[in-house]
Amino acid sequence: MSDQSRDLSQGRTNVPVGGSQAPAQQTISGSKGLDFAEPLIFELGEDGRTGVDLADVKVSDNRLGGLRRKDKVGLPGLSEPQVVRHYTRLSQKNYGIDSGFYPLGSCTMKHNPRVNEKIARLKGLGDLHPMQPTSTAQGALELIDTLAHWIKTLCAMPAVAMSPAAGAHGELCGMMAIKAALEDRGEADVRKRVLVPESAHGTNPATAAACGFSVDSIPATERGRVDFAAFKAKLGPDVAGIMLTNPNTCGLFENEVIEIADAIHDAGGYFYCDGANFNAIVGRVRPGDLGIDCMHLNLHKTFSTPHGGGGPGAGPVVLSEALAPFAPLPYIVHGKDGFDLVEHKADSDAKPFGRLKGYHGQMGVFIRALAFMMSHGADGLRQASSDAVLNANYLRAELQDQMSVSFDGMCMHEVLFDDHFLKDTGVTTLDFAKAMIDEGFHPMTMYFPLVVHGALLMEPTESEAKETLDLYIKTLRGLNARAQSGDAQFFKNAPVLTPRRRLDETAAARKPVLRWSPDAN
Amino acid sequence: MRYLPHTEQDRKDMLDAIGAKTVEDLYCDVPQKALLQAPVDLPLAVGEMEVERTFSAMAAKNLSPSIAPSFLGAGAYRHHVPATVDYMVQRGEFLTAYTPYQPEVSQGTLQYLFEFQTQVALLTGMEVANASMYDGATATAEAVLMAARATRRNRAVLAGGLHAHYFDVTKTSAHSLNIELVHPDSDPTRPADPASVIDLIDDNTACVVVQSPDMFGRIIDLRPIAEAAHAKGALVVAVTTEIVSLGLLEAPGNLGADIVTAEGQSLGIALSYGGPYVGLFATTSKLVRQMPGRVTGQTQDVEGQRGWVLTLSTREQHIRREKATSNICTNAGLCALAFTIHASLLGEEGLSRLARLNHANACTLADKLAAIDGVELMNDSFFNEFTVKLSQPAEEVVEALAKRGILGGVPLTRLLPDRNDLKNYMLVAVTETNTDADMTALVQALEEILS
Repeated sequence: MSDQSRDLSQGRTNVPVGGSQAPAQQTISGSKGLDFAEPLIFELGEDGRTGVDLADVKVSDNRLGGLRRKDKVGLPGLSEPQVVRHYTRLSQKNYGIDSGFYPLGSCTMKHNPRVNEKIARLKGLGDLHPMQPTSTAQGALELIDTLAHWIKTLCAMPAVAMSPAAGAHGELCGMMAIKAALEDRGEADVRKRVLVPESAHGTNPATAAACGFSVDSIPATERGRVDFAAFKAKLGPDVAGIMLTNPNTCGLFENEVIEIADAIHDAGGYFYCDGANFNAIVGRVRPGDLGIDCMHLNLHKTFSTPHGGGGPGAGPVVLSEALAPFAPLPYIVHGKDGFDLVEHKADSDAKPFGRLKGYHGQMGVFIRALAFMMSHGADGLRQASSDAVLNANYLRAELQDQMSVSFDGMCMHEVLFDDHFLKDTGVTTLDFAKAMIDEGFHPMTMYFPLVVHGALLMEPTESEAKETLDLYIKTLRGLNARAQSGDAQFFKNAPVLTPRRRLDETAAARKPVLRWSPDAN
Repeated sequence: MRYLPHTEQDRKDMLDAIGAKTVEDLYCDVPQKALLQAPVDLPLAVGEMEVERTFSAMAAKNLSPSIAPSFLGAGAYRHHVPATVDYMVQRGEFLTAYTPYQPEVSQGTLQYLFEFQTQVALLTGMEVANASMYDGATATAEAVLMAARATRRNRAVLAGGLHAHYFDVTKTSAHSLNIELVHPDSDPTRPADPASVIDLIDDNTACVVVQSPDMFGRIIDLRPIAEAAHAKGALVVAVTTEIVSLGLLEAPGNLGADIVTAEGQSLGIALSYGGPYVGLFATTSKLVRQMPGRVTGQTQDVEGQRGWVLTLSTREQHIRREKATSNICTNAGLCALAFTIHASLLGEEGLSRLARLNHANACTLADKLAAIDGVELMNDSFFNEFTVKLSQPAEEVVEALAKRGILGGVPLTRLLPDRNDLKNYMLVAVTETNTDADMTALVQALEEILS
């Protein structure tokens, strides 16, 4: 390690913070009370230290194929207490659901019960090897089968593919099933066009493209729904299907969804439903009753498995009778000696389109999701979705006189505002969101969906108490008053109370520094 | 219900504020015939104790590799995970955060991802790495798609020793985009022959995919294959399913790889019956704008303080939509954290020792097994996993071992079901967790079963 990298205050220059806040006190160490200056592990390490005690055995080169490593890897050496402190300090620079209100629209940041963590680590579950004989893993297969039953029942769908690793992976699964069904009909070369509303998540068009389809965008109406006439006009013999999020990304239920399903089916296409917003309707509406052919569930959203700073997730996909035969490998069947796992194409009517990931799916996520479902039960799940919708409508009702709600009427579990209320203030959606950070709230989703200007998409989830919502409402009303009063600079400076202030994203992209290296730092 | 804060009074007050009489009024846009009037036909809510009881009962029906001597590998390996790892990843600020869209309040996630990217780049000998993929198999499929984009070619050669699941996942993705895959037969009975791959490379080949140690445990020299591939303008994708091996073996980046994909489960991540794991993806600076997935970059804040942000997002679906390099969004953030913490605890010396311990144990067991009548060791080279030929069908032997409480190995036909010629072959993995008593138990049981 270079001398320079031993300076633990590196990267920290104690410039007084701006805005209307008092200047920060200069410190010698670079830390400020509980806000610690924390270098990279590569700047902390020292050769000869280690955080594990393992025997130092010698091995010969005889069985290494002549490919024994010649140089060091370059990993730093740290003791266990150093590692614990380092990652504790990093954790303190993060905002999680445990820290506060996290109304990030379309992400369903609900409480993550800790009993689910405990269960996922049980001996006999957390330590099971994916390749152990199925005769020794009957409880694991029972668990997956039980989760599949809950999912199918909640969705009123006959089949579910369990292996997709996340929502976007589930989209891939659904669209590949559609492609396989079209191939089976001999129409895959003709039906190449997929209809996607312009309000869709970016993953939808990206998924369609990854399956070799072309994407045709459907406009939205002034009511924030699919323009049914425009959609009908786009139908034709070259249409493979539609990818529709429902409830949609504007936080609204597509009230013509059954007509859309009928029309796409009449045109010979399939209906992919993006289930990212399932949390609004669990136990109240079953997607199977709406005429869908497939839909992914984000277990990390609707069923509370931890988002973990960006994963892992799981994205099981429910399938209609028409698509069920094309479900990917592997899948579970009830055999004569208990549960069995079909890992390869069997001699049956099934026509699996292939395999989506290694092994059998995100078991650790399945465990947590099923524990969440069982804890709630049929009654609790129904109550949870109602409370999520109630919370979003409460925000809408209490903020609509100050902030511009994009669409009139009841919303589902998220409420969409646009930036009209900030017109002529000099404050942007981004500025407004950054000021919320200083107030102790995680911002909403910004600039999505693309169908309204300067979108602010808020999803409170059922986890939040009325007191939390009331403080949030009071805060947003106060911030809006400040914006209207002409104090744009306050917003431009925000945030000022965070471990870092606004970061230069342009510089990061222009000249990417994507890793630490001994020379550069 | 313990997770729901509202009292009935809260609900009533909030409905009043909204101007609705009942919750049903909030669902007024749902077609009446699709609105359920009662809960679905599933069990009702239960307390924490009952939930634990239900899952404990299911867990008890499984044979736990923590209790049984276990020699299972085939791309997922049982290693000791220091308690620190599991404690740290359960800190709520890590566990309950999402993708770091707001960098000012996500520096913890962003900094560990930057550390993760650096560790992956160092281990693989590459210049850059992304912030994770779902697993090694999906990372490999993405690498083939990336190579096709980067070279504007639509053919890939996948070496016979590529893990069967990695091949299958790649095949599924490639099919959608009309990429032709060429895949010579897997043959564990002879030493790996680079010519079996080199002869298949042509002028339309986007990439060659080579796993080392391969599915049968053999250590493959990438250099002659890389030389041949590069001569034809093809990229080289190096795959490893056991990242610990790189503590002892040469990094693929030093052997000619253009892209390295790997399964990162071995560091910090529970076996958990196959997932969630973490896919590692590393490449060269030249190819970075073709790379799939999220990536963290270093920058400064307005006060000139060093910090991190998600960057190069113009490759990604939320900006580029149907022109994105991948549709991936949620990845494996928390698993990447577990990997990073375990790698930080190990450090240079710890990783080296861990790798040597694995190899030493594997050498010991290989010799013991080779001495049994009815067992033949197939590998000249291996790291911590090797293939044996048994005098009886491997699936029957594995079941007989399981009846004795031993998780003995993976029959090759579980991965390659069409290869009846391999029905007597079994993969055996050995790690630092296997004790002498474990090995003795396996040897004695095999002696009995095969006699």
